[in-house]
Amino acid sequence: MQSRERVNKTTTNRIALGVIWLAAIATVGALGTILLYVIVNGIGQLTPAFIFSWPHGVNMEGGIWPTIQATLYVTILAMLITTPVAVLAAVYLAEYAVQGRLVQIIRFAADSLASVPSIVMGLFGLAAFVEGMGMGFSVMAAALALAFLLLPIIMRTTEEAIRAVPKYIRWGSYGLGASKWQTVSRIVLPSATPRIITGVILAAGRAAGETAVVIYTMGTMINAPILPTQPGRTMPVHLLLLAQEGINLPAAFGTALLLVLMVLAFNLTARYIVSRNRRMLG
Amino acid sequence: MSDTLASHMTGVIPTDNHANKFSVQKLDFFYGDFNALTDITVGIKENAVTAFIGPSGCGKSTFLRCLNRMNDLIPGTRNEGRVLLDGNDVYAPGVDPVDLRRRVGMIFQQPNPFPMSIYDNVAYGPRLHGVRKKAELDEIVEASLKRANVWKEVKDIMGRGGLTLSGGQQQRLCIARVLAVEPEVLLMDEPCSAIDPTSVQKVEDLMAELKDRITIVIVTHNMQQAARVSDYTAFFLQEVAGEPAHLIEYDRTASIFTSPRDRRTEDYITGRFG
Repeated sequence: MQSRERVNKTTTNRIALGVIWLAAIATVGALGTILLYVIVNGIGQLTPAFIFSWPHGVNMEGGIWPTIQATLYVTILAMLITTPVAVLAAVYLAEYAVQGRLVQIIRFAADSLASVPSIVMGLFGLAAFVEGMGMGFSVMAAALALAFLLLPIIMRTTEEAIRAVPKYIRWGSYGLGASKWQTVSRIVLPSATPRIITGVILAAGRAAGETAVVIYTMGTMINAPILPTQPGRTMPVHLLLLAQEGINLPAAFGTALLLVLMVLAFNLTARYIVSRNRRMLG
Repeated sequence: MSDTLASHMTGVIPTDNHANKFSVQKLDFFYGDFNALTDITVGIKENAVTAFIGPSGCGKSTFLRCLNRMNDLIPGTRNEGRVLLDGNDVYAPGVDPVDLRRRVGMIFQQPNPFPMSIYDNVAYGPRLHGVRKKAELDEIVEASLKRANVWKEVKDIMGRGGLTLSGGQQQRLCIARVLAVEPEVLLMDEPCSAIDPTSVQKVEDLMAELKDRITIVIVTHNMQQAARVSDYTAFFLQEVAGEPAHLIEYDRTASIFTSPRDRRTEDYITGRFG
């Protein structure tokens, strides 16, 4: 039978493949370009002295150590506050809540919370924690404001992770006379843990890179905070101010590179945990 | 009461020395508005193997899950009628399905080891129920794996993940896991349909060994398997799509396979449909 197609199948196939390839290359290319740009401009700065010393003058010289300390501090504190709440909320939503209107509303609220612009979250943190609760610019105020930003992210990834645990594994547990909580705590959560950890680490990357929230809640003061009541300047904020003032662009790129490397390390750790667990279980 | 029941059941069971472990009376089962099973009355004999046969979608797996209230886990399901275990209604208020499922264990079509070591898989049930001592657990684990015909294959790799085993070994591991809580009844939902022939043989062997002490109910699509392993056979059929399924005939396996009383049973067994 004669083909009626105007363009034959092989050709359309090639065109489709070409377009898909272009899209893939554009994605990888965008990441590569950014990384390359930051590396080329920042690599010269990355000396132990830059990482471990304090800035001096009007930030024209010296290193960025206090900003690294402030960043790690606020990130870890935010994760410590958020993770238990988010995981328990997700367990409730996925395992206990009667699936219906209320759960849909909670989920919609979480998704909406996740899409609130971070500058708004910063403003909320300023009003609620810094001023309202009188915490002042502090690591604690920033960690709490970040918690609002991270809560829905960790909650949703945990919920997905819990739902991904196959029904027949749960049934195996129930079939042995396990109660709901025994099944959730001994089978479901351990099975979901690699994916939960992945979600938590990705959220940590988000927290470490957050600028708008922390600038309003822990200020811009160069300080190596020890107590959660102290203020500080995180790396993204430092980067913002350096670039804005234009006085020390090399230091800005050095900070940018270090920040990118930090977040990259978070992501690689997440991938490693997932692959290691897959090996152990498979 | 369980013995008098036998006389007015669908398909009269010849009187014999087996008592009824389960007596099901006029059971109807619903998925939402859909009436999946209707008017099921049957006595399941203690310490014997009963096979449920019938075409796909005839409700035999659904009925199996009624016996240990596994259907409770599926939202929107309900049932009418009574399911008596040793004379007590398992759906009575105050009955904890968690306790029931410990007495009535279940094996699924898809082997479902937990993502933990072989040892921990088998020790899971006893630990749930409060066994803590290492020596005691070791003993239970070994005995259960032996009864499940898988001990020789796993005794040197107890620390390895249960999911690293072959499908057939996984299924026997799951059987060991159930045996470790010493159930009185073992419900097996097509336990052999996803495993290799050598393992099928081993599972059939262990069923023969276990039935001295355990009541076994097996759902199977394999007529030869039903004939080989079971003492009693129940034939289920949904005659019209969308209508509930019925229990058509229930009798000693030998009678069902040599001289079925119902034409539909005969047609199914001889492969005329299904």
